[in-house]
Amino acid sequence: MTDTQPRVVPDFGDHDETDRKLVIICSKGNLDMAYPGLVLANAALGEGIAVDLFFTFWGFDMITKKRQRKLAFSPVGNTAMHLPTGGRMPQWLSPFPGMTAIATRMMRKQIDDLGVPPVDEFLDQIVASGGRLWACRMSADMQGLTMADLRDDVEDIITAADFMDLSEGAQTLFI
Amino acid sequence: MSTTSVMGREVHVDGEGFLTEFDEWDEALGAELASQIGIEMTDEHWSLIRFLRADYAEMGQTATTRRVATVGGVPVKRQFELFPKKPGKKMAYIAGLPKPAGCV
Repeated sequence: MTDTQPRVVPDFGDHDETDRKLVIICSKGNLDMAYPGLVLANAALGEGIAVDLFFTFWGFDMITKKRQRKLAFSPVGNTAMHLPTGGRMPQWLSPFPGMTAIATRMMRKQIDDLGVPPVDEFLDQIVASGGRLWACRMSADMQGLTMADLRDDVEDIITAADFMDLSEGAQTLFI
Repeated sequence: MSTTSVMGREVHVDGEGFLTEFDEWDEALGAELASQIGIEMTDEHWSLIRFLRADYAEMGQTATTRRVATVGGVPVKRQFELFPKKPGKKMAYIAGLPKPAGCV
């Protein structure tokens, strides 16, 4: 059963007056916790939403040249960690030597199998889509890092007060 | 399922106006859909649309911007230039395909 309807053209929001804006604070340096911010930033940019990513504390590893390809995942303290054979991973097993390497390798493979890029390439794509990257001043000072240590496409190292300007009128996510 | 008339042809569309039948599309129709959303098609636009159609025929789902970059060879930045603001959805619409279902 079909019915003929008047012609509908999708609304791609090209004429929207509002400028929706998203700011994502990335504060984690674990492999698993790097992805929520990256996936959401990428999705938002694909919907025409302006995105700024602000990296702070452990999140600095995502934009530090020497570290961004080395993010790891540890099962320690994670009760949602399941074994490939089914069942929950025993907590006594997770701190064993080599477990972080194994778990990291498995997660990288799962991410890759989905066609989702590694952290550094994902950030390349986000910047190519118009996203902007910012680094936290206090974190840089604590870790003794300067702009030279960070990805070349990081806009600047900014203060908490600068962040207030940056996030004005934006929806903000803390990850 | 409903139909609508584009260029005097009856085509099946979903509630948003995306074509739902792969075989009802041809390039003349694609050109009309593009003009409806204000996109002037160039050879570069067309090669991308053709990639999307071929990839859909093979994979059974619409390529995401990521896939268009890695498999189709058109950098994401260029996709945003060709199909401003919402490249994934706009490309799918013009190509007569469903919106991309993947997250990345």
